[in-house]
Amino acid sequence: MNAVWAKKNLTDSVFRMLCVCCAGFTGLLMLAFFVQLYVESYGAWEKFGINFIISSEWDPSRDVYGALPGIVGTLSTTAIALVIALPLSFAAAMYLSDAAPLPGAVLSHAVDLLAAIPSVIYGMWGLFLVTPVMQDYVQPFFSETLGLSQVPGLRLIFGPDYNGFGIFTAGVILALMIMPYICAVMRDVFRMTPPMLRESAYGIGCTRWETARDVVLRYGIRGILGGVFIGLGRALGETMAVLFVIGNVMEMPETSYSGATTIASAIANNFSEATGMQRSALFALGFILLAMSFGIQVLAQYYLHATGAKRGESR
Amino acid sequence: MKKKTLFWRKLNDRFHTLFSAASVFIAVTGMILVLYTVVIRGMDAVSLDFFLNSSRPYGVEGGGIANAILGSVMITVFAAVLAIPPAVLAGIFLSEYPDAGRAVAVLRFAANVMMGVPSVLVGLFVYVIIVVPSGHFSGFAASVSLAVIMFPLIMRTTEDMLGMVPNSLRESSLALGMTKMRSILCIVCRSARNGLLTGILLAVARVSGETAPLLFTAMFADAWPSDFFTRPTANMPVLITEYTTNSPFAEMHTAGWGASLVITAAVLAVNIVTRIVFREKNNAG
Repeated sequence: MNAVWAKKNLTDSVFRMLCVCCAGFTGLLMLAFFVQLYVESYGAWEKFGINFIISSEWDPSRDVYGALPGIVGTLSTTAIALVIALPLSFAAAMYLSDAAPLPGAVLSHAVDLLAAIPSVIYGMWGLFLVTPVMQDYVQPFFSETLGLSQVPGLRLIFGPDYNGFGIFTAGVILALMIMPYICAVMRDVFRMTPPMLRESAYGIGCTRWETARDVVLRYGIRGILGGVFIGLGRALGETMAVLFVIGNVMEMPETSYSGATTIASAIANNFSEATGMQRSALFALGFILLAMSFGIQVLAQYYLHATGAKRGESR
Repeated sequence: MKKKTLFWRKLNDRFHTLFSAASVFIAVTGMILVLYTVVIRGMDAVSLDFFLNSSRPYGVEGGGIANAILGSVMITVFAAVLAIPPAVLAGIFLSEYPDAGRAVAVLRFAANVMMGVPSVLVGLFVYVIIVVPSGHFSGFAASVSLAVIMFPLIMRTTEDMLGMVPNSLRESSLALGMTKMRSILCIVCRSARNGLLTGILLAVARVSGETAPLLFTAMFADAWPSDFFTRPTANMPVLITEYTTNSPFAEMHTAGWGASLVITAAVLAVNIVTRIVFREKNNAG
């Protein structure tokens, strides 16, 4: 009998060890990403130092590289995407969590399916359909019909020159892509608001919007922030959809209608031809992107941890 | 606080209700627009030859996408084989061994972070650890990069799904004298089977459309994917990218749309079928 138990115990501990190793692998992987990108980009950091981040020159012929255009492009596309996607996902999540069960479920799945479409399809769709529409209708409408390109403060966003490509178009497509992620987290958060709170609000005569704004939003603000950071992380790292429509110019963008580049699309676009210092600089860009997305994930985890909301990835 | 009239408040409420419905409408319309375009443009390319011939170099007529379909399937299946078993075990560790305390929290955090790592960086990573040492692009390297993306996804869904299994099941199986391993594999995992399968299939569907990591790992080739481990391997996402961005030929754009149609249809079919077949009460909606 003892021998049997000993054997069973052994299999148990072996199994446990196996699980520990597999799980530990993720931690190892995370460390490996940082170490490897840093080691590969060491040449660029050594040569340019911290100036790499604030220099806007990217000139392979003179072997001088700076990350600023990529960083600016990444941040501005992400900002545009968030500005568009955030109110839309909040409102959509509000609608979906209040909707009748059957249409609600169907529409929720429909929104989730937006996240399932591969990003290269968005890129292609953007290139062949969104860019012409932007060039012929949307951008002239803002810049000329409304005359926004003449307004000093708005010049940065609605520039006088446009060709359909650029930060603005990329941001619009990114907005559509990150909306399902933010929406899914928000839906979870809204469902977790205790019904009693909501009903009390209705009970004292609040309208639906007042309940949503003053009760549900306040109650779930941490979860909502978590969802925002999840969407932010997606938008930062999105490569293909952006690559197709951003124009891929390694220059500081003048307005949101100018061609630009993001870190991810710069890597995808230049990496296969790059050698020597340029390759190292691209790795350095990758390191910056990794650090950015790490920071955002940490914030997302921090806010989502308290609410226990799922991450909207696996549904 | 200034008091607002009931009329104003009701109007405001109506406006926001309308805006909510409009947002859902925008999202759904966006999806339908994308799908509509892909279907309409893709149908032009679809023919029997398209599915049977391998791709041809630029300008040569009569090319298909058969080699890319085969290559994509090989890359994805191999990635699934690499990632699924360890990822499920890792998920089991997170969910079933809470006595490990801080380690669980740290590893869960690591998995969440890994889920957010941009896929293009995964491509760089695998390029350095596999393509550079081995000296050639290969389908295998692509599989590894997809496996790296899949691993944390499956790990976290496994944990979530096992977490939904009631504790009474674990306790009764242990009380019957099962070892912990048997209890986990035969009772806990079994009762969470539908959830696990959903998570795994959705993760596979998700990575099968990943493009960025394949650019530096699988590359592309017009040949059939016969040397999966040693040569660049044809695959759908890179084919779409190459055909649409690097080619002036209208036929190639059409072929790109055709390939998009195939990949979108496959990914959505997996998604929809999984959601319908493995629907459970507690994670519906």
